[in-house]
Amino acid sequence: MITNTKTVKELVLQNKRLDMRTFTEYRQPIEIETNISWTAEGSAKVTIGKTVVMAGVKLSLEKPYNDTPDEGGIMINAELLPLSSSEYEPGPPGIKAVELARVTDRGIREAKAIDLKALCIEPGEKAWFVTVDIISINDAGNLFDVANLATLAALKAAKFPVVNQETGSIDYKQKTGRSLPLTKEPISVTVYKIKGKLLLDPTMEEEKSAEARLTVSIDKKGTISALQKGGEGTLTIAEVGTIIDLTHEKAEELRVVLERVVVS
Amino acid sequence: MSEILIEERKIVVPGEVLAIGLDYVPGENTYREEDKIFSKVLGLAAVSGRVIKITPLAGPYMPKVGDKIIGRITDIAFSGWRVDTNTAYSAMLNVKDATTRFIKKEEDLSKILAIDDYIIVDIINVTSQRLIDVSMRELGLKKIQGGRIIEINSQKVPRVIGKKASMITLIKEKTGCEITVGQNGLIWILGSPEGEAAAERAIKMIEEKSHLSGLTEQVEAFLRGGR
Repeated sequence: MITNTKTVKELVLQNKRLDMRTFTEYRQPIEIETNISWTAEGSAKVTIGKTVVMAGVKLSLEKPYNDTPDEGGIMINAELLPLSSSEYEPGPPGIKAVELARVTDRGIREAKAIDLKALCIEPGEKAWFVTVDIISINDAGNLFDVANLATLAALKAAKFPVVNQETGSIDYKQKTGRSLPLTKEPISVTVYKIKGKLLLDPTMEEEKSAEARLTVSIDKKGTISALQKGGEGTLTIAEVGTIIDLTHEKAEELRVVLERVVVS
Repeated sequence: MSEILIEERKIVVPGEVLAIGLDYVPGENTYREEDKIFSKVLGLAAVSGRVIKITPLAGPYMPKVGDKIIGRITDIAFSGWRVDTNTAYSAMLNVKDATTRFIKKEEDLSKILAIDDYIIVDIINVTSQRLIDVSMRELGLKKIQGGRIIEINSQKVPRVIGKKASMITLIKEKTGCEITVGQNGLIWILGSPEGEAAAERAIKMIEEKSHLSGLTEQVEAFLRGGR
């Protein structure tokens, strides 16, 4: 695994990047493809540059949690496949996979993007539970933003399966036309700090050179739903302000791509 | 009586019959079973006279004596350095092969080459167990400073260099960069940031389109358009 860390840092000081992008430019192409899997209730494959992530949504009927008897639930898991990078090994999820899942989960959960009350069928007895599985197909950097987009697109594309009213069993082979109660689309933008400069959409090499990062999840109205700071470095208050301004601007760009996803 | 079943530059798969009869000779990446010649790999067929060989489309790099490669220092041993060669096998760089100058017994080896330094080396010995010895004593072999290192499929290295180094010379001239191609698929580019980025894109393009003909013209057009 080649990192070119020194060169990345030298170039950043000259306001340049290895691939000659500007600091706030996302890699192209940004593509979203939905319903790539017929076994999932909803699925999506998102590509940003060379990074590819897939997400799948499964729905099941469970007993609600005791403290929220009138709500369904959402659970997001991430798996970093060994084929997606030379750094990942098979086996139980490592710290990176857990963080990816939790950051994505928090962005959606805290924004109350899914109306969990609408998932309830019978209070205290039966409610829909949403499980999202994120897998990395190729990690060329910036998994956070790509995984968040993939999850949102998969949730958007998901349709409820048909439930047999007599037996109560789910027929996963038949889908109803009903979509999930997705009320908001909180988009995550991760900003990386290298040598005091703020960069967006880093490549793997830039991720390795970064001192700190901040993931900001933001909905259409501009409400921040979650923040996650990573890395050993520090961020000043002024920098956090700049990051949030950047996020507002860039989340709109990604939202345009996400809104192009047509759900029939 | 003998029959050849493939055409020049046709894509063949492992186990594909290339020729029937004893008039043809199996070359690189092929084998004979009774009177048939089979392919061992996925690649492009090449027939020269009676010899049939396959140029693989992908596959790992196998260390060969005399090859120039780019390696990374992974460990400092008692009398030398362990070098990651971007293959399944690591190499050993002995102190006596590292410099021409005399190195005292108590000298700190990390002052000469530290862990994570990249170096350009020659392979001087490969044992049957594939233990590799490398040397830095030839001209142009040195520690890499500055610039960037990129990785390509090692099977595409001959295409990046081109016939009589025509391709690599073209890229060097058009981008004004100094480029060293290691046979193990690591390439070092040193120049202006813009030149480096253009050279990197050109090399990635060659890697992608290596099976097509007329590549030199395409690369030339690309480098002219990109500036």
